[in-house]
Order: sequence, then structure tokens, then C-alpha cells
Amino acid sequence: MASADTNRSWYKRNEIAVTPWLFLLPAMIFFAVYVIIPIGQSFWISFHEWDGLGEKTWVGTANYERLLGWGDQNMDRKFQVSFWNNLKWLVLYLLAIPAGLFIALFLNQTVTGIRFYKSMFFFPFVISQVVVGLVFSWFYLPREGLLNAILGVFGAGPVNILGDPTLATYGIIAAGLWPQTAYCMILYLTGLNAVDPEQVEAARLDGAKGHKMLWYVILPQLKPATFIAFVVTIIGALRSFDLISVMTNGGPFGSTRVLSFYMFEESLSEFGFRMGFGAAIAVVLFFIMLGFITYFLYAMYREEKGAH
Amino acid sequence: MHSILKTSLAALVAAGVTASSAAAQDLSGELNIISDMSNPAPRAVMEGLAADFDALHPDLEVNLTIVDREAWKTQIRNALGANPPDVVNWYAANRMRPYVDAGLFADISDLWAEPEFEALASTKGAMTLDDAQWGVPYTYYQWGVYYRKDIFDQYGLTEPSNWEEELANCQTLLDNGVKCYTIGTKFLWTAGGWFDYINSRTNGYDFHIALARGEVEWTDDRVRQTFANWRQLIDMGAFIDDHQTYSWQEALPFMVNGEAASYLMGNFAVAAMRDGGLTDDQLDFYQFPVINADVDFAEDAPTDTFHIASGAQNMDAAKEFLRFVTSAEVQTAINGGDALGQLPVNANASIDDDKFLAQGFDMLSNNAGGGIMQFFDRDFDAEMASVGMEGLQEFMVFPDNLDDILARLEETRQRIYQ
Repeated sequence: MASADTNRSWYKRNEIAVTPWLFLLPAMIFFAVYVIIPIGQSFWISFHEWDGLGEKTWVGTANYERLLGWGDQNMDRKFQVSFWNNLKWLVLYLLAIPAGLFIALFLNQTVTGIRFYKSMFFFPFVISQVVVGLVFSWFYLPREGLLNAILGVFGAGPVNILGDPTLATYGIIAAGLWPQTAYCMILYLTGLNAVDPEQVEAARLDGAKGHKMLWYVILPQLKPATFIAFVVTIIGALRSFDLISVMTNGGPFGSTRVLSFYMFEESLSEFGFRMGFGAAIAVVLFFIMLGFITYFLYAMYREEKGAH
Repeated sequence: MHSILKTSLAALVAAGVTASSAAAQDLSGELNIISDMSNPAPRAVMEGLAADFDALHPDLEVNLTIVDREAWKTQIRNALGANPPDVVNWYAANRMRPYVDAGLFADISDLWAEPEFEALASTKGAMTLDDAQWGVPYTYYQWGVYYRKDIFDQYGLTEPSNWEEELANCQTLLDNGVKCYTIGTKFLWTAGGWFDYINSRTNGYDFHIALARGEVEWTDDRVRQTFANWRQLIDMGAFIDDHQTYSWQEALPFMVNGEAASYLMGNFAVAAMRDGGLTDDQLDFYQFPVINADVDFAEDAPTDTFHIASGAQNMDAAKEFLRFVTSAEVQTAINGGDALGQLPVNANASIDDDKFLAQGFDMLSNNAGGGIMQFFDRDFDAEMASVGMEGLQEFMVFPDNLDDILARLEETRQRIYQ
């Protein structure tokens, strides 16, 4: 009966081994075409000088030397500014997490119309970042803006936040915090639904209340929500491109650039098309992001190991 | 507006534009045009042009695609790459460089050798790279100082003809609580206009172009003199506050409300000023004053252009279209006050009866002996222009940073033009 076995098709014989790969195949192809291969291409382009049209010229690590200031060159000034701005974004954007937690705790009660209030607080996250940027840039306007009208009531002088190179980045971060806080709030609201009422009850019997209750009983149970909030906030901070583009276009004199905006400017904007240099910025940004992603994956791995 | 243009162009057709293109009656196939004339009035003009050209050549099918003007600045690269159209819009001077270098624009020096093109001689330089011509102009417009005549009259001021008068005028205005100039530098290029003028008036056209070509150091004393002159105005407080926050349109209300008396701008600003409620009695124009009496006037007059893609499928029809848009009749019609409201490039075309166009044409024809500049961001290399304009904006806000700015620009120049 050996012939019966060979008569079966190749697929039938290897079904168990092949089928999972078949299911994985579409995702793998798309991931390769849209993620893995472009990353490789970016690395490749970053070693060239290329205007996107003509022939690529191999320049070795010249783009990186210029960017990071290896050898006798100074570190690229725009890169320095962008890098520090990225750090400001990463650190200050995390304020969205405690702010979101606070609002979630505040809204986690049963009064008439609470659903309405919740949706109102969530509203800024629903509207587009571009609209948020536009609204805030009006808010900050040096003469007609609401901010200066409010400051005027308290006798404070007019400020031009988006026109002042030392303040502009903070102004944009504040605008970004508005929707990001709403996002963290909704994460914590769902988290609070899952808090075990029996534990709260037990803690109350033991005399815990106020911030002790929050710190030792509620927050540990919100750990998954905090983790997700942390991840989305870090990613949000690295994606700050649209707000910057709308509110200051990288200005005044380049003081609000971040790496992603700088990359766009060098490679794809009106005066750009220095693809090699843009790709070099992209590669540096990639490694910064990779650092965070590795940390998250490691943290998740540890979490899961601990749970078992 | 559209219908007026259409009828006027149709009249031209009847009048015999065909005479100049007798050989082209047997054009056939398709002509694909991609245009960036997306604002309402230019769009109507472009649609009229395509329709009339289509009507002229019964066997030819003209396909017109209109792309948003800002988006086109980056899309042109893809459009010219695979399956290119026959004719596209673009800009003159150094802005053509990447497409010429990449072989995406067709060399049309043979068109320019035809006798009809002598009428376009004034812009031949701007269309020339590597000793060949790569496109044709269809319109241009003057830059200069647009000012509130009523405010000038109120304080007994007259149009300044030299720098001392300019500074004196400005002082009078400031003493009366009016800013001399409105400007919005958020998108940087407006500061480029100021640099073009002060630099060419201080050091002359040839020096300005040499700087644009990277032949002069930014730290040169002559460049410093330009900035020193500019700084006189900045230190007086001549420009509106917080200009780094405004776009050029957002800076208009200062002039409309009378908080600022003048605006160094291109002629396209006139339409916006009129829309803002300023009448022609309130509004007037003067040529940027002399700073250094030893140098001739050079003027900013950016030229918008048509080009043929090197991969064009219908080269004959494309060339015929370029002849069509540069003919005196068509240039007169499309630049009229009811159409683009700008200046025709063809010397035989007539100027619309508009006081700003008339003054601009007179200025560019008779009083621009130094030369015609295309504008900071078109004359300078693209990277130099973007770094440069950022530096100019910083200078206008923090003039004390000049040394640092110039060192930065010089570093960029050395890298780009090595």
C-alpha cells in the first residue's frame, strides 16, 4: 500500500506543517513589503547621495558623519535641536498619564449624565490632530488669541508662544497633551471598570483611604492600563509631526523641529529631496525607536513570565 | 470670468492665431497637460487654454489635469517619472535644475531659435541652464512696495527714491504710531524678498547672482553691508511685531487696518488687498528705493512656465502648445485683469489697463537695467534657499545673532557648492 501514500498530494502529506505558514503568509508578505524591505532600503539609501531622480552616488558614511559630527565636523545643528526637542516631547508627553488618571478617577462615578461628561472629555481625541493644532495656534495668537486675553485680565504681558524659539516647543507639546490626556483617560476608565470591588471593600475594612487606597490598592490593579498608556504616549510623542507642521512648520527658525519633521524636510519637502541625508536621519530615529520597542517587548515578556 | 476669457480667446482663434502655426493643422493623437494653476482665476485660464487649443486642432484630443499648486511642488517628481504627461507647469531658473539634471525636461532650444521667440528674449536667461532652454514663460509679475497712499498723504510723505528718504519716511510713520512695513515670515520666503532687494540695491545684480551661485562667501563684508542696511530698519522697529507667527495673508490686515503703511510684495497681493476693502485711491506702488547709487536697479519678477517632459508621447503637439501659449495674442488674453491679472512675457503683447500692471510693466521694461531676479528661493540652490531663508527670518527677529547666522550659511554654502 505504499502507492496509496505517494498518491496523496504533496499538500495532504504536509498539511499540518504547511497550513500555519499559509495562514501567516499574507501577513508576512505585507509586513516584509511595507516594513522590513523599506527599512533595508532606508539603510541602503542613507549611504548614498541621491536627489530621488538621478543616479545614486555612494558616499559611505558621509551622511552620518555630517549628522552626528564624527571626525573634524561639528554635529549637525538642526539634528541637535531636533534630538533635544524629541526628548522634551518624550518626557513632557508622559504628563498625559497622570492627568488622564486624575480625570478618569474624577469621572469614575455615577451621577446623572456622566456618559455625556465622559464623551465630552474624550472629544479632543476624536478630532484630528490638524484641527487641534489649528485651534491651539489661534489660542496662542499674539494679539487676538484667547491666551493673551486671559493673561491680560491678570495684567500679564502679551506672549507670543509660537513665535518665541524658547517657548514654541512647549506650546506645541501642551496642544498635544490635550488629546493625549483624553486617550489616557479612556484607557484608565476601562481599567477602573475592571478593579475588583472586593479588594476595595477589604482595603476599606482595613482602614485604607485617600491616596493610600489609590497607591496600594487601585494603581497596582491598573498596571495593564498604565502600561498601554505608557506605550501609546511614547509612540504619540514620537509621532508629533502633524502638530508641528500645522502650528509652526518647524519654525521659528527651526526651533521646533523634531527628528521626524527634520527627516521629512530634508527628503520630501519643497526644498528637500536630499534622500540620502533624510534616510540617515530616518535610520537614527529608527534606532531610537528600536530602543523603546525593545524595552516594551522585554517588559511585556517579563510580565507574562511573572503571570505564569 | 471663465466665459469672458473663453469668448476673448475664441475671438483670437477667429482672428487667426492659426496663422502662426499653419504647419500644425495635422496634429493628432492626445496631448496630456498637467497644470498647477489651481486657484480659481488661473484655473479658468488654464481650462480656457486647453479648450481653445483643442478647438484649434480638431484631430487632437487635449487632456488637462489640474493639481493643487502646493502639492505639485512635490508631485512633479512622480508625474515626470513613469508615464509622463506631455506638458507641465513649473518655475524658471534654478528651480528647473533637478529636472534638467535628471533629463526629465526636454531641451527645447530649437523652439527658442524660431524668430517668434525673440519677443520672449527678456526671460531667455531665466529659462537657460547649461546653454540650452528648457521651457517657456507664460506670465510674470513685479515685486515692489505697495503702500497706503492715504496714510502717506496724511503725514505728508512722498514715495521715497533713495534710502535716506526711505528711513525718514519710516521715522515719521513710527512717530505717528504706524509701522512702516507689514510682513509675515512664518513660511520664510517673504524675508527672501527683502534680502533680494536690499542685497541687489547695496551690491548690485551681478553680486547677488554670484552669491546665489555660491561664488561669494556669506561672511563677505559686502554681504554684511546688506545686513547692516537691513538692520537700520529692524532697529527702528519698522516691521510689525511677531511677524514670525504670520503667513503673508495673515499680515495683510495690518495694512488694511492702517496699522502698517506698506508691504514689500509681489503683484498677486493686490487682489487680496482689494478684497480686504482697499480701493485703488488708497493703494499705490513704488519701486524699491536706491541704496547704493552706483548700482543699477534689479527687480524681482518671478516667471511661471510651461515645460515639455522628455518622455512626452506627442512632442509635436506639445511644442505647438508652447508656441500657442507664448503667442502675443494668447499672452495678452491670459494676463488680462479679468484672467491672471499679471504681466505677459511676450514683448508684443499688450498690458491690461490696471494701474499696478502698468507701473510694473514700465518699471521692468525701463527701470530694471541691473537685471531680473527670479526670487530668493528660485535663484539659490534649494538647500541653500531653505537654510538661508531660515537665517533671514532669525535675523529679522534677533539681529544680534547675525555672526552665528552667517557662519551657518557659509558652512552650508561650502558643503553645497564644493
